[in-house]
Amino acid sequence: MGLDQMPHNFLTARLEDVVRWGRRNSVFPATFGLACCAIEMMATGAAHYDLARFGMEVFRASPRQADLMIVAGRVSQKMAPVLRQVYDQMVEPKWVISMGVCASSGGMFNNYAIVQGVDQIVPVDVYVPGCPPGPETLMHGILTLHEQIRSGELLRRREASPTGGAGIDLGREPVGLPASS
Amino acid sequence: MTQDQPGRTEPNDVSSAEEARLERQTDEGAQQLKPRTREMVLAGGGMWPQDDLGDTMIINMGPQHPSTHGVLRLMMELDGEDVLQIKPVIGYLHTGMEKTGEELTYVQGTTNVTRMDYASNFANELVYSMAVERLLDVEVPERATWIRMLMCELSRMASHLLFQATNGMDMGAVSMLLYGWREREEVLRVFELVTGLRMNCNYIRPGGVAADLPDGWQQKILEVCDLVVAGVAEYDEMLSQNPIWLERTVGLGVITTEQCLDLSITGPILRSTGFAWDLRKAQPYLAYDQVEFDTIYTSNGDVYDRFRIRLYEILESVKIVRQCVEKMPDGDYRVQDKKLTPPPRARIDESMEALIHHFKLFTEGFKVPAGETYVSIESPRGEIGCYMVSDGSSKPVRMHIRGPSFYNLQSIGPMGSDSLVADAVAIVSSVDPILGEVDR
Amino acid sequence: MADDTAREEDHEPADTGDETAPVPIPDEVGAAIVARFPGSVFVESHGQPVVYVERAVMADVARMLRDEEQFTMLVDTVAVDHLLDGSRPEIEGVAAERFEVVVNFLSHTRNRRIRIVSEVPATDPTVPSLTPVYAGANFPERESYDLFGITFEGHPDLTRILMPDDWHGHPLRKDDAAARVPVTFKGDPSPR
Repeated sequence: MGLDQMPHNFLTARLEDVVRWGRRNSVFPATFGLACCAIEMMATGAAHYDLARFGMEVFRASPRQADLMIVAGRVSQKMAPVLRQVYDQMVEPKWVISMGVCASSGGMFNNYAIVQGVDQIVPVDVYVPGCPPGPETLMHGILTLHEQIRSGELLRRREASPTGGAGIDLGREPVGLPASS
Repeated sequence: MTQDQPGRTEPNDVSSAEEARLERQTDEGAQQLKPRTREMVLAGGGMWPQDDLGDTMIINMGPQHPSTHGVLRLMMELDGEDVLQIKPVIGYLHTGMEKTGEELTYVQGTTNVTRMDYASNFANELVYSMAVERLLDVEVPERATWIRMLMCELSRMASHLLFQATNGMDMGAVSMLLYGWREREEVLRVFELVTGLRMNCNYIRPGGVAADLPDGWQQKILEVCDLVVAGVAEYDEMLSQNPIWLERTVGLGVITTEQCLDLSITGPILRSTGFAWDLRKAQPYLAYDQVEFDTIYTSNGDVYDRFRIRLYEILESVKIVRQCVEKMPDGDYRVQDKKLTPPPRARIDESMEALIHHFKLFTEGFKVPAGETYVSIESPRGEIGCYMVSDGSSKPVRMHIRGPSFYNLQSIGPMGSDSLVADAVAIVSSVDPILGEVDR
Repeated sequence: MADDTAREEDHEPADTGDETAPVPIPDEVGAAIVARFPGSVFVESHGQPVVYVERAVMADVARMLRDEEQFTMLVDTVAVDHLLDGSRPEIEGVAAERFEVVVNFLSHTRNRRIRIVSEVPATDPTVPSLTPVYAGANFPERESYDLFGITFEGHPDLTRILMPDDWHGHPLRKDDAAARVPVTFKGDPSPR
């Protein structure tokens, strides 16, 4: 039955479904491209792999206007507080995709300079593996997130935790080793 | 580049308590940018305003910013919209790659190094492999040399296309982002065909390349060349004589040859000042002396020149790629030294010796005699070099990559003073830094 | 490699036939440095000219290269930590120390390169800065200070550049650990 043949001119749906539909079909990513993964993230937004068909081509520079932070690249010790600050400035509801192995777990850089997984700093919804993940992999991750939004809780609110994602105390002294001489 | 001055004179005199409060607030430490003092400005030949209305602002741009090309932080002293001085602060992508390089064997080293300049991966891999081969005193077969040259020029095309895309976007020509990526996707398709990966390919390894070119490569690469040439013609038509583009780029961010040489700046920035220095011509490596191409250089040293140089360098790379397709010699794609390069997969099923060589190579790696060397090539950003020190074991003592963007960033200070904030974005974009090789 | 050999002169070894005569240095610039600064040693490393100089005269050598020998660009300043070296080639006349500061120079007009190395002891890791001579040495010297702890005297702004300001330690020193995190895999109780 077409829309013009309907006897009435209103549709009914559950509020949750409408809200979820709105949320998942216009997620605005925040630009958080750090390293090589940022190039693949830009490729995903470009014409060939087009994120615009999911309503996501608008990468908002301001975290206040963004819903999704795609952490694309390796997070260094110096960058970690900046990452947390940008995440805190985002308004609920917000999601985080950890793109690439460096963001997910430190990747191939298991050393003093790289945070071993961005989930030590921010709570992560989807981990996208790859070094760098190709645009198709990133899109799969994004669609997984959309599925999470579609089927997840509406009023999901993360507890404000002073300890970040994994119980790490952010107020401690920075990691560093005393000079030997 | 410090702005630490011994004191300040009237009327900018801030009481020490206030200053202490501000210092605590900013918590910048050594990354701080202090405003210029009257002496500093007058000594530099500038003008100090008579009325001293209002202080200047110290504004921070980045590290998370859409147009700082990665995690670069710029501290700017602003008088309204005028930028008085710029100081770049880096380190936000420091990955400890040189330390990791000391823990990885020479076989594994290219995976690490390729992620430094992530816009043109083959340049990093090439310079690392050449340094290792120099220390080993091995000669790479001719076909491997030509394959390396082919991949390096394709990577130069990809990097300059990325520059066109991001440069255009930074200055408001957002459609350039899509056009640049359209052509770049074609080049990345070639990379995927040959190496298996779009980026961070780890294809050029010490001893040659990882695998031979697949069947049908000539046809594919020539098609891509045609597409790229058509794309470049489009960008040229869209931007080169565009009055808005000219207004925004001509005469902006001017740097002179003397400043470039003093600040160790190489690459398109140096060539834009009238100094035609290209390592592929001056100190040829691989087979660059057997192909014909021109060195593109201009003389104004501004943002427009750098845009044009990189645009035409894409065409020069296409020229070289076409010649590589024509002249590719037959032969081995890697040195046939069993202690250096792994055996072909089929051999491992047949020969115990091949199995053992494969095992030793991928667990222990090969040993390189003690010594040190510095090798440099022309990457899309300038002179990339690898300084390697070995001590007879299978891991380097010191593996340092001279990333051109690290030095090119020093040009932002002279180029960016006395411009507008919007111009600062254009200037940083024209330097084309890749923070992966800046911070390593 | 094309950049190694000196393009300007044909170097014919002096045919004195006398065994006690010193071997002439094939590189003209290296010879000039060794002549001007006693205690310097010229070495050829894989076809490239390298001169080991005493660290006190580094800035003077750089000034000489820039003003008299037309070495227009300082390409790179690197520091090396030799604490854990397996085998280190012994160079006659050079007292090997823990750190080395290596500076690469390039002359565009003469199309040649040269490398200057100075040994820096661990007990007193200071070297004169080359920033007053070549402004481009600013960033790399800060990096060597940050990652190795080598102080460059005369540098206008010797602060950390890559590590956070409040970092303790100098990461690229051999005794500063790489700080690997033990990685555990699912089902494998022992960390790697």
